[in-house]
Amino acid sequence: MDAVLDNLDTFRQGFITTLALTVVSTVLALVLGTLLAAMRVSPVPTLRAAGATYVEVVRNTPLTLVFFFAVFVLPQLDIRLSFFVFAVIAVTVYHAAFFCEAVRSGINAVGVGQAEAARSIGLTFTQSMRLVVLPQAFRTVVPPLINVVIALTKNTSIAAAFGVVELTAVATRLANANSDAVIAIFLGSAVCYLALTLPSGWLAGRLERRVAVAR
Amino acid sequence: MTEAVLYDAAGPRGRRRILIGSLAGGLLVVLVVGVAVARLAANGVFEAERWRVLTQGDLQRLLGRGLAATLRAALVAMVLAMAVGGLLAVARLSRGRWLAMPAGAWVELFRGLPLLLLILFLFLGLPAVGVTVSTFWALVAGLTLYNSAVIGEIFRAGILSLPKGQTEAAYSIGLRRGQSLRLILIPQAVRRMLPALISQAVTLLKDTSLGFVIAYAELLRTGRNAVEFLGGRYSIPVYVAIAVLYIAVNASLSFLARWLDGRTRRRLGRTVQPSVADEAA
Repeated sequence: MDAVLDNLDTFRQGFITTLALTVVSTVLALVLGTLLAAMRVSPVPTLRAAGATYVEVVRNTPLTLVFFFAVFVLPQLDIRLSFFVFAVIAVTVYHAAFFCEAVRSGINAVGVGQAEAARSIGLTFTQSMRLVVLPQAFRTVVPPLINVVIALTKNTSIAAAFGVVELTAVATRLANANSDAVIAIFLGSAVCYLALTLPSGWLAGRLERRVAVAR
Repeated sequence: MTEAVLYDAAGPRGRRRILIGSLAGGLLVVLVVGVAVARLAANGVFEAERWRVLTQGDLQRLLGRGLAATLRAALVAMVLAMAVGGLLAVARLSRGRWLAMPAGAWVELFRGLPLLLLILFLFLGLPAVGVTVSTFWALVAGLTLYNSAVIGEIFRAGILSLPKGQTEAAYSIGLRRGQSLRLILIPQAVRRMLPALISQAVTLLKDTSLGFVIAYAELLRTGRNAVEFLGGRYSIPVYVAIAVLYIAVNASLSFLARWLDGRTRRRLGRTVQPSVADEAA
Protein backbone atom coordinates (compact mmCIF):
# COMPACT_ATOMS: atom_id res chain seq x y z
CA MET A 1 0.00 0.00 0.00
CA ASP A 2 2.87 2.36 0.84
CA ALA A 3 4.23 1.93 -2.67
CA VAL A 4 1.00 3.42 -4.02
CA LEU A 5 0.82 6.30 -1.54
CA ASP A 6 4.48 7.21 -2.01
CA ASN A 7 3.98 7.44 -5.75
CA LEU A 8 0.68 9.26 -5.87
CA ASP A 9 2.31 11.98 -7.91
CA THR A 10 3.47 9.49 -10.54
CA PHE A 11 -0.04 8.06 -10.69
CA ARG A 12 -1.48 11.54 -11.08
CA GLN A 13 0.81 12.26 -14.03
CA GLY A 14 -0.06 8.90 -15.61
CA PHE A 15 -3.74 9.62 -15.15
CA ILE A 16 -3.40 13.03 -16.78
CA THR A 17 -1.52 11.54 -19.73
CA THR A 18 -4.20 8.87 -20.18
CA LEU A 19 -6.89 11.52 -19.98
CA ALA A 20 -5.11 13.81 -22.46
CA LEU A 21 -4.55 10.94 -24.89
CA THR A 22 -8.22 9.96 -24.58
CA VAL A 23 -9.63 13.46 -25.05
CA VAL A 24 -7.42 14.50 -27.97
CA SER A 25 -7.90 11.19 -29.80
CA THR A 26 -11.64 11.14 -29.16
CA VAL A 27 -12.12 14.60 -30.69
CA LEU A 28 -9.98 13.82 -33.75
CA ALA A 29 -11.46 10.33 -34.24
CA LEU A 30 -15.02 11.69 -33.94
CA VAL A 31 -14.34 14.23 -36.67
CA LEU A 32 -12.71 11.67 -38.96
CA GLY A 33 -15.35 9.04 -38.15
CA THR A 34 -18.27 11.37 -38.90
CA LEU A 35 -16.61 12.34 -42.16
CA LEU A 36 -16.21 8.66 -43.07
CA ALA A 37 -19.85 7.97 -42.17
CA ALA A 38 -20.96 10.87 -44.37
CA MET A 39 -18.84 9.43 -47.19
CA ARG A 40 -20.42 6.01 -46.72
CA VAL A 41 -24.02 7.24 -47.00
CA SER A 42 -23.36 9.77 -49.79
CA PRO A 43 -24.61 9.11 -53.32
CA VAL A 44 -21.07 9.39 -54.72
CA PRO A 45 -19.70 5.90 -55.51
CA THR A 46 -15.97 6.67 -55.16
CA LEU A 47 -16.46 8.23 -51.73
CA ARG A 48 -18.61 5.30 -50.60
CA ALA A 49 -15.97 2.85 -51.75
CA ALA A 50 -13.14 4.80 -50.12
CA GLY A 51 -15.02 4.98 -46.81
CA ALA A 52 -15.95 1.29 -46.91
CA THR A 53 -12.38 0.24 -47.70
CA TYR A 54 -10.98 2.30 -44.83
CA VAL A 55 -13.41 0.77 -42.33
CA GLU A 56 -12.93 -2.77 -43.62
CA VAL A 57 -9.14 -2.58 -43.46
CA VAL A 58 -8.94 -0.91 -40.05
CA ARG A 59 -11.48 -3.01 -38.21
CA ASN A 60 -9.69 -6.21 -39.20
CA THR A 61 -6.28 -4.92 -38.07
CA PRO A 62 -5.14 -5.09 -34.42
CA LEU A 63 -4.56 -1.72 -32.78
CA THR A 64 -1.07 -2.89 -31.81
CA LEU A 65 -0.24 -3.25 -35.50
CA VAL A 66 -1.57 0.26 -36.18
CA PHE A 67 0.82 1.43 -33.45
CA PHE A 68 3.62 -0.42 -35.27
CA PHE A 69 2.95 1.57 -38.43
CA ALA A 70 2.79 4.84 -36.50
CA VAL A 71 5.82 4.31 -34.26
CA PHE A 72 8.18 2.21 -36.39
CA VAL A 73 7.21 3.03 -39.97
CA LEU A 74 6.56 6.79 -39.91
CA PRO A 75 10.12 7.55 -38.71
CA GLN A 76 11.37 5.52 -41.69
CA LEU A 77 9.64 8.13 -43.85
CA ASP A 78 11.44 10.94 -41.99
CA ILE A 79 8.31 11.83 -40.02
CA ARG A 80 9.65 12.41 -36.53
CA LEU A 81 7.19 13.29 -33.81
CA SER A 82 6.93 12.64 -30.10
CA PHE A 83 5.66 9.29 -28.84
CA PHE A 84 2.54 11.02 -27.58
CA VAL A 85 1.69 12.33 -31.05
CA PHE A 86 2.38 8.93 -32.62
CA ALA A 87 0.01 7.40 -30.06
CA VAL A 88 -2.66 10.00 -30.87
CA ILE A 89 -2.30 9.17 -34.58
CA ALA A 90 -2.60 5.42 -34.02
CA VAL A 91 -5.55 5.66 -31.62
CA THR A 92 -7.34 8.16 -33.90
CA VAL A 93 -6.86 6.17 -37.11
CA TYR A 94 -8.10 2.99 -35.42
CA HIS A 95 -11.14 4.34 -33.61
CA ALA A 96 -12.36 6.55 -36.47
CA ALA A 97 -13.54 3.37 -38.18
CA PHE A 98 -15.63 2.42 -35.16
CA PHE A 99 -17.06 5.90 -34.67
CA CYS A 100 -18.01 5.76 -38.35
CA GLU A 101 -19.82 2.46 -37.87
CA ALA A 102 -21.62 3.73 -34.76
CA VAL A 103 -22.83 6.85 -36.59
CA ARG A 104 -23.84 4.85 -39.65
CA SER A 105 -25.80 2.31 -37.64
CA GLY A 106 -27.52 5.23 -35.91
CA ILE A 107 -28.58 6.61 -39.30
CA ASN A 108 -29.73 3.14 -40.34
CA ALA A 109 -31.74 2.75 -37.14
CA VAL A 110 -34.05 5.62 -38.11
CA GLY A 111 -37.17 4.05 -39.60
CA VAL A 112 -37.44 3.90 -43.37
CA GLY A 113 -40.83 5.56 -43.10
CA GLN A 114 -39.23 8.70 -41.68
CA ALA A 115 -36.98 9.16 -44.69
CA GLU A 116 -39.79 8.21 -47.07
CA ALA A 117 -42.12 10.73 -45.43
CA ALA A 118 -39.44 13.41 -45.60
CA ARG A 119 -38.84 12.68 -49.26
CA SER A 120 -42.55 12.56 -50.07
CA ILE A 121 -43.21 16.05 -48.73
CA GLY A 122 -40.54 17.21 -51.12
CA LEU A 123 -37.49 17.68 -48.91
CA THR A 124 -34.18 17.29 -50.69
CA PHE A 125 -31.43 14.90 -49.55
CA THR A 126 -29.74 17.59 -47.51
CA GLN A 127 -32.98 18.81 -45.99
CA SER A 128 -34.27 15.36 -45.07
CA MET A 129 -30.91 14.49 -43.53
CA ARG A 130 -30.65 17.75 -41.61
CA LEU A 131 -34.25 18.14 -40.48
CA VAL A 132 -35.55 14.58 -40.15
CA VAL A 133 -32.96 11.80 -40.11
CA LEU A 134 -29.95 13.24 -38.27
CA PRO A 135 -31.85 14.73 -35.29
CA GLN A 136 -33.36 11.28 -34.68
CA ALA A 137 -30.15 9.42 -35.44
CA PHE A 138 -28.31 11.61 -32.95
CA ARG A 139 -30.45 10.30 -30.11
CA THR A 140 -29.81 6.65 -30.89
CA VAL A 141 -26.18 7.19 -31.69
CA VAL A 142 -25.08 8.83 -28.44
CA PRO A 143 -25.01 5.67 -26.23
CA PRO A 144 -22.99 3.60 -28.74
CA LEU A 145 -20.65 6.57 -29.23
CA ILE A 146 -20.03 6.75 -25.48
CA ASN A 147 -19.31 3.03 -25.50
CA VAL A 148 -16.73 3.50 -28.24
CA VAL A 149 -15.17 6.31 -26.18
CA ILE A 150 -14.93 3.85 -23.26
CA ALA A 151 -13.24 1.31 -25.54
CA LEU A 152 -10.89 4.09 -26.69
CA THR A 153 -10.05 5.00 -23.09
CA LYS A 154 -9.09 1.40 -22.36
CA ASN A 155 -7.21 1.06 -25.63
CA THR A 156 -4.95 4.03 -24.84
CA SER A 157 -3.22 1.55 -22.51
CA ILE A 158 -1.47 0.07 -25.55
CA ALA A 159 0.48 3.33 -25.86
CA ALA A 160 2.36 2.11 -22.76
CA ALA A 161 4.23 -0.34 -24.97
CA PHE A 162 5.23 2.47 -27.33
CA GLY A 163 6.95 4.98 -25.12
CA VAL A 164 4.02 6.92 -23.63
CA VAL A 165 4.09 7.02 -19.84
CA GLU A 166 0.38 6.73 -19.05
CA LEU A 167 -1.41 4.72 -16.36
CA THR A 168 -0.44 1.26 -17.59
CA ALA A 169 3.18 2.25 -18.11
CA VAL A 170 3.22 3.80 -14.62
CA ALA A 171 1.91 0.52 -13.17
CA THR A 172 4.53 -1.53 -15.01
CA ARG A 173 7.39 0.74 -14.00
CA LEU A 174 6.38 0.94 -10.36
CA ALA A 175 5.74 -2.81 -10.28
CA ASN A 176 9.24 -3.47 -11.56
CA ALA A 177 10.69 -1.12 -8.95
CA ASN A 178 8.61 -2.44 -6.01
CA SER A 179 8.30 -6.19 -6.50
CA ASP A 180 6.73 -6.54 -3.05
CA ALA A 181 3.73 -4.36 -3.90
CA VAL A 182 2.84 -5.39 -7.45
CA ILE A 183 -0.79 -6.15 -6.66
CA ALA A 184 -1.44 -2.88 -4.81
CA ILE A 185 0.14 -0.91 -7.66
CA PHE A 186 -1.96 -2.58 -10.33
CA LEU A 187 -5.06 -2.10 -8.21
CA GLY A 188 -4.19 1.60 -8.04
CA SER A 189 -4.07 1.83 -11.84
CA ALA A 190 -7.20 -0.28 -12.18
CA VAL A 191 -9.11 2.08 -9.88
CA CYS A 192 -8.02 5.05 -12.03
CA TYR A 193 -9.29 3.33 -15.19
CA LEU A 194 -12.54 2.28 -13.56
CA ALA A 195 -13.05 5.88 -12.39
CA LEU A 196 -13.10 6.81 -16.08
CA THR A 197 -14.93 3.84 -17.61
CA LEU A 198 -17.62 2.90 -15.08
CA PRO A 199 -19.36 6.31 -14.84
CA SER A 200 -19.30 6.62 -18.65
CA GLY A 201 -20.78 3.14 -19.01
CA TRP A 202 -23.44 4.00 -16.48
CA LEU A 203 -24.26 7.20 -18.37
CA ALA A 204 -24.46 5.32 -21.69
CA GLY A 205 -26.78 2.73 -20.14
CA ARG A 206 -29.08 5.41 -18.73
CA LEU A 207 -29.23 7.32 -22.01
CA GLU A 208 -29.86 4.08 -23.87
CA ARG A 209 -32.84 3.27 -21.67
CA ARG A 210 -34.24 6.76 -22.08
CA VAL A 211 -33.94 6.70 -25.84
CA ALA A 212 -35.33 3.17 -26.01
CA VAL A 213 -38.72 4.42 -24.79
CA ALA A 214 -39.01 6.76 -27.73
CA ARG A 215 -39.09 4.05 -30.37
CA MET B 1 -32.93 1.79 -43.62
CA THR B 2 -31.12 1.60 -46.90
CA GLU B 3 -29.43 4.81 -47.82
CA ALA B 4 -31.12 4.66 -51.23
CA VAL B 5 -34.36 5.96 -49.65
CA LEU B 6 -32.63 9.24 -48.90
CA TYR B 7 -32.48 10.30 -52.51
CA ASP B 8 -34.45 9.67 -55.71
CA ALA B 9 -33.02 7.92 -58.72
CA ALA B 10 -31.07 10.80 -60.18
CA GLY B 11 -32.30 12.62 -63.24
CA PRO B 12 -29.96 13.95 -65.93
CA ARG B 13 -28.82 16.92 -63.86
CA GLY B 14 -28.44 14.81 -60.73
CA ARG B 15 -26.47 12.20 -62.64
CA ARG B 16 -24.17 14.88 -63.91
CA ARG B 17 -23.66 16.17 -60.39
CA ILE B 18 -22.95 12.67 -59.07
CA LEU B 19 -20.47 12.17 -61.90
CA ILE B 20 -18.74 15.42 -61.01
CA GLY B 21 -18.80 14.44 -57.34
CA SER B 22 -17.40 11.03 -58.21
CA LEU B 23 -14.60 12.54 -60.23
CA ALA B 24 -13.81 15.13 -57.55
CA GLY B 25 -13.99 12.50 -54.80
CA GLY B 26 -11.91 10.09 -56.84
CA LEU B 27 -9.40 12.83 -57.51
CA LEU B 28 -9.21 13.59 -53.79
CA VAL B 29 -8.63 9.93 -52.92
CA VAL B 30 -6.03 9.63 -55.69
CA LEU B 31 -4.35 12.81 -54.45
CA VAL B 32 -4.11 11.60 -50.84
CA VAL B 33 -2.88 8.16 -51.90
CA GLY B 34 -0.56 9.78 -54.46
CA VAL B 35 1.13 12.04 -51.90
CA ALA B 36 1.61 9.05 -49.59
CA VAL B 37 3.02 6.92 -52.41
CA ALA B 38 5.35 9.71 -53.53
CA ARG B 39 6.60 10.08 -49.98
CA LEU B 40 7.13 6.33 -49.71
CA ALA B 41 8.85 6.18 -53.10
CA ALA B 42 11.17 9.04 -52.16
CA ASN B 43 12.31 6.91 -49.26
CA GLY B 44 12.89 3.96 -51.56
CA VAL B 45 10.10 1.83 -50.11
CA PHE B 46 9.22 0.38 -53.49
CA GLU B 47 12.69 -0.94 -54.31
CA ALA B 48 12.20 -4.53 -55.39
CA GLU B 49 15.11 -5.62 -53.21
CA ARG B 50 13.24 -4.63 -50.05
CA TRP B 51 10.17 -6.62 -50.95
CA ARG B 52 12.16 -9.64 -52.09
CA VAL B 53 12.84 -10.27 -48.40
CA LEU B 54 9.33 -11.74 -48.22
CA THR B 55 10.35 -14.57 -50.53
CA GLN B 56 12.94 -15.79 -48.03
CA GLY B 57 11.99 -19.21 -46.70
CA ASP B 58 13.32 -18.40 -43.23
CA LEU B 59 11.13 -15.35 -42.85
CA GLN B 60 8.09 -17.18 -44.17
CA ARG B 61 8.63 -20.03 -41.72
CA LEU B 62 9.11 -17.55 -38.87
CA LEU B 63 5.92 -15.65 -39.67
CA GLY B 64 4.10 -18.96 -40.16
CA ARG B 65 5.14 -20.02 -36.65
CA GLY B 66 4.02 -16.61 -35.34
CA LEU B 67 0.63 -16.99 -37.00
CA ALA B 68 0.27 -20.49 -35.54
CA ALA B 69 1.09 -19.15 -32.06
CA THR B 70 -1.47 -16.35 -32.53
CA LEU B 71 -4.17 -18.78 -33.61
CA ARG B 72 -3.34 -21.19 -30.78
CA ALA B 73 -3.68 -18.47 -28.12
CA ALA B 74 -6.90 -17.22 -29.72
CA LEU B 75 -8.43 -20.68 -29.91
CA VAL B 76 -7.62 -21.65 -26.31
CA ALA B 77 -8.82 -18.29 -25.01
CA MET B 78 -12.03 -18.43 -27.05
CA VAL B 79 -12.93 -21.90 -25.75
CA LEU B 80 -12.22 -20.91 -22.14
CA ALA B 81 -14.03 -17.58 -22.48
CA MET B 82 -17.10 -19.32 -23.88
CA ALA B 83 -17.12 -21.78 -20.98
CA VAL B 84 -16.79 -19.05 -18.35
CA GLY B 85 -19.15 -16.76 -20.29
CA GLY B 86 -21.81 -19.48 -20.35
CA LEU B 87 -21.60 -19.88 -16.59
CA LEU B 88 -21.77 -16.10 -16.13
CA ALA B 89 -24.86 -15.80 -18.31
CA VAL B 90 -26.69 -18.57 -16.44
CA ALA B 91 -25.65 -17.01 -13.12
CA ARG B 92 -26.84 -13.55 -14.16
CA LEU B 93 -30.17 -14.93 -15.35
CA SER B 94 -30.75 -16.96 -12.20
CA ARG B 95 -33.21 -15.67 -9.68
CA GLY B 96 -30.80 -16.21 -6.80
CA ARG B 97 -29.31 -12.84 -5.90
CA TRP B 98 -26.14 -14.30 -4.48
CA LEU B 99 -25.41 -15.75 -7.93
CA ALA B 100 -26.62 -12.90 -10.13
CA MET B 101 -24.85 -10.09 -8.28
CA PRO B 102 -21.30 -11.47 -8.25
CA ALA B 103 -21.66 -12.43 -11.92
CA GLY B 104 -22.83 -8.89 -12.69
CA ALA B 105 -19.89 -7.43 -10.79
CA TRP B 106 -17.50 -9.73 -12.68
CA VAL B 107 -18.86 -8.49 -16.02
CA GLU B 108 -18.70 -4.80 -15.04
CA LEU B 109 -15.20 -5.12 -13.60
CA PHE B 110 -13.52 -6.97 -16.44
CA ARG B 111 -15.27 -5.01 -19.16
CA GLY B 112 -14.21 -1.75 -17.53
CA LEU B 113 -10.50 -2.57 -17.35
CA PRO B 114 -8.02 -2.35 -20.22
CA LEU B 115 -7.09 -5.83 -21.41
CA LEU B 116 -3.41 -4.92 -21.45
CA LEU B 117 -3.54 -3.97 -17.77
CA LEU B 118 -5.09 -7.37 -16.97
CA ILE B 119 -2.44 -9.22 -18.94
CA LEU B 120 0.42 -7.26 -17.36
CA PHE B 121 -1.12 -7.76 -13.93
CA LEU B 122 -1.24 -11.52 -14.42
CA PHE B 123 2.25 -11.56 -15.93
CA LEU B 124 3.91 -9.44 -13.23
CA GLY B 125 1.54 -9.98 -10.31
CA LEU B 126 1.29 -13.77 -10.19
CA PRO B 127 5.08 -14.31 -9.87
CA ALA B 128 5.01 -11.80 -6.99
CA VAL B 129 2.77 -14.17 -5.02
CA GLY B 130 4.86 -17.19 -6.00
CA VAL B 131 2.93 -18.52 -8.99
CA THR B 132 5.06 -18.86 -12.09
CA VAL B 133 3.17 -18.16 -15.27
CA SER B 134 4.31 -18.49 -18.88
CA THR B 135 3.73 -15.69 -21.37
CA PHE B 136 1.23 -17.95 -23.16
CA TRP B 137 -0.91 -18.50 -20.09
CA ALA B 138 -0.69 -14.87 -18.94
CA LEU B 139 -2.00 -13.82 -22.36
CA VAL B 140 -4.68 -16.54 -22.51
CA ALA B 141 -5.84 -15.89 -18.93
CA GLY B 142 -6.11 -12.15 -19.58
CA LEU B 143 -8.02 -12.72 -22.81
CA THR B 144 -10.30 -15.21 -21.04
CA LEU B 145 -11.14 -12.86 -18.16
CA TYR B 146 -11.98 -9.99 -20.47
CA ASN B 147 -13.82 -11.96 -23.15
CA SER B 148 -15.80 -14.07 -20.68
CA ALA B 149 -17.48 -10.83 -19.60
CA VAL B 150 -18.31 -9.82 -23.17
CA ILE B 151 -19.36 -13.31 -24.28
CA GLY B 152 -21.45 -13.76 -21.12
CA GLU B 153 -23.40 -10.67 -22.17
CA ILE B 154 -23.84 -12.03 -25.70
CA PHE B 155 -25.20 -15.31 -24.27
CA ARG B 156 -27.53 -13.43 -21.99
CA ALA B 157 -28.79 -11.22 -24.80
CA GLY B 158 -29.34 -14.34 -26.91
CA ILE B 159 -31.48 -16.00 -24.26
CA LEU B 160 -33.38 -12.80 -23.48
CA SER B 161 -34.11 -12.28 -27.19
CA LEU B 162 -36.30 -15.41 -27.27
CA PRO B 163 -40.05 -14.90 -27.04
CA LYS B 164 -41.36 -15.29 -23.50
CA GLY B 165 -43.76 -17.97 -24.73
CA GLN B 166 -40.84 -20.39 -25.05
CA THR B 167 -40.11 -20.32 -21.33
CA GLU B 168 -43.80 -20.43 -20.47
CA ALA B 169 -44.38 -23.39 -22.77
CA ALA B 170 -41.39 -25.18 -21.23
CA TYR B 171 -42.75 -24.62 -17.72
CA SER B 172 -46.25 -25.65 -18.73
CA ILE B 173 -45.10 -29.07 -19.91
CA GLY B 174 -43.47 -29.50 -16.52
CA LEU B 175 -39.80 -28.75 -17.21
CA ARG B 176 -37.81 -27.25 -14.39
CA ARG B 177 -35.81 -24.05 -14.86
CA GLY B 178 -32.53 -25.82 -15.59
CA GLN B 179 -34.22 -28.18 -18.00
CA SER B 180 -35.98 -25.40 -19.87
CA LEU B 181 -32.68 -23.54 -20.23
CA ARG B 182 -30.83 -26.63 -21.40
CA LEU B 183 -33.47 -28.17 -23.64
CA ILE B 184 -35.49 -25.25 -24.94
CA LEU B 185 -33.77 -21.88 -24.56
CA ILE B 186 -30.05 -22.46 -25.13
CA PRO B 187 -30.42 -24.50 -28.36
CA GLN B 188 -32.49 -21.71 -29.88
CA ALA B 189 -30.35 -18.90 -28.50
CA VAL B 190 -27.15 -20.39 -29.92
CA ARG B 191 -28.35 -19.87 -33.48
CA ARG B 192 -29.20 -16.25 -32.81
CA MET B 193 -25.90 -15.38 -31.19
CA LEU B 194 -23.55 -17.34 -33.42
CA PRO B 195 -22.82 -14.35 -35.69
CA ALA B 196 -22.08 -12.13 -32.67
CA LEU B 197 -19.82 -14.83 -31.24
CA ILE B 198 -17.84 -15.04 -34.46
CA SER B 199 -17.34 -11.29 -34.58
CA GLN B 200 -16.20 -11.40 -30.95
CA ALA B 201 -13.73 -14.11 -32.03
CA VAL B 202 -12.32 -11.60 -34.53
CA THR B 203 -11.84 -9.07 -31.72
CA LEU B 204 -10.19 -11.72 -29.55
CA LEU B 205 -7.89 -12.70 -32.40
CA LYS B 206 -6.86 -9.06 -32.84
CA ASP B 207 -6.26 -8.78 -29.10
CA THR B 208 -3.78 -11.68 -29.08
CA SER B 209 -1.43 -9.08 -30.55
CA LEU B 210 -1.08 -7.73 -26.98
CA GLY B 211 1.11 -10.80 -26.44
CA PHE B 212 3.70 -8.61 -28.15
CA VAL B 213 4.02 -6.55 -24.98
CA ILE B 214 4.87 -9.51 -22.72
CA ALA B 215 7.08 -11.07 -25.44
CA TYR B 216 4.84 -14.03 -26.26
CA ALA B 217 6.14 -15.09 -29.69
CA GLU B 218 2.95 -14.40 -31.66
CA LEU B 219 2.74 -12.91 -35.14
CA LEU B 220 3.64 -9.31 -34.23
CA ARG B 221 6.49 -10.27 -31.90
CA THR B 222 8.07 -12.60 -34.47
CA GLY B 223 7.66 -9.89 -37.09
CA ARG B 224 9.34 -7.32 -34.85
CA ASN B 225 12.17 -9.73 -34.08
CA ALA B 226 12.62 -10.38 -37.80
CA VAL B 227 12.82 -6.65 -38.52
CA GLU B 228 15.32 -6.12 -35.72
CA PHE B 229 17.45 -8.88 -37.22
CA LEU B 230 17.09 -7.81 -40.86
CA GLY B 231 17.30 -4.04 -40.30
CA GLY B 232 14.79 -1.20 -40.17
CA ARG B 233 14.65 -0.77 -43.94
CA TYR B 234 12.68 -3.99 -44.16
CA SER B 235 10.08 -2.87 -41.63
CA ILE B 236 7.45 -1.84 -44.18
CA PRO B 237 7.43 -5.08 -46.22
CA VAL B 238 7.33 -7.24 -43.09
CA TYR B 239 4.62 -5.23 -41.33
CA VAL B 240 2.55 -5.02 -44.50
CA ALA B 241 2.79 -8.82 -44.82
CA ILE B 242 1.64 -9.17 -41.21
CA ALA B 243 -1.26 -6.77 -41.81
CA VAL B 244 -2.28 -8.79 -44.86
CA LEU B 245 -2.25 -12.00 -42.80
CA TYR B 246 -4.41 -10.49 -40.04
CA ILE B 247 -6.82 -8.92 -42.52
CA ALA B 248 -7.11 -12.15 -44.52
CA VAL B 249 -8.00 -14.22 -41.44
CA ASN B 250 -10.24 -11.61 -39.81
CA ALA B 251 -12.03 -10.48 -42.96
CA SER B 252 -12.97 -14.08 -43.80
CA LEU B 253 -14.30 -14.59 -40.26
CA SER B 254 -16.20 -11.27 -40.46
CA PHE B 255 -17.61 -12.31 -43.82
CA LEU B 256 -18.75 -15.62 -42.34
CA ALA B 257 -20.39 -13.76 -39.45
CA ARG B 258 -22.24 -11.42 -41.79
CA TRP B 259 -23.40 -14.25 -44.03
CA LEU B 260 -24.64 -16.27 -41.05
CA ASP B 261 -26.31 -13.18 -39.62
CA GLY B 262 -28.23 -12.53 -42.83
CA ARG B 263 -29.26 -16.17 -43.12
CA THR B 264 -30.33 -16.49 -39.48
CA ARG B 265 -32.23 -13.23 -39.63
CA ARG B 266 -34.15 -14.38 -42.68
CA ARG B 267 -35.10 -17.63 -40.94
CA LEU B 268 -35.64 -16.55 -37.35
CA GLY B 269 -36.33 -12.88 -37.74
CA ARG B 270 -33.83 -11.72 -35.14
CA THR B 271 -30.21 -12.11 -34.11
CA VAL B 272 -28.01 -10.75 -31.35
CA GLN B 273 -26.16 -7.75 -32.73
CA PRO B 274 -22.57 -7.30 -31.58
CA SER B 275 -21.93 -3.78 -30.31
CA VAL B 276 -19.54 -1.58 -32.26
CA ALA B 277 -17.74 -0.77 -29.01
CA ASP B 278 -16.99 -4.42 -28.27
CA GLU B 279 -15.46 -4.75 -31.72
CA ALA B 280 -13.24 -1.75 -31.03
CA ALA B 281 -11.92 -3.03 -27.72
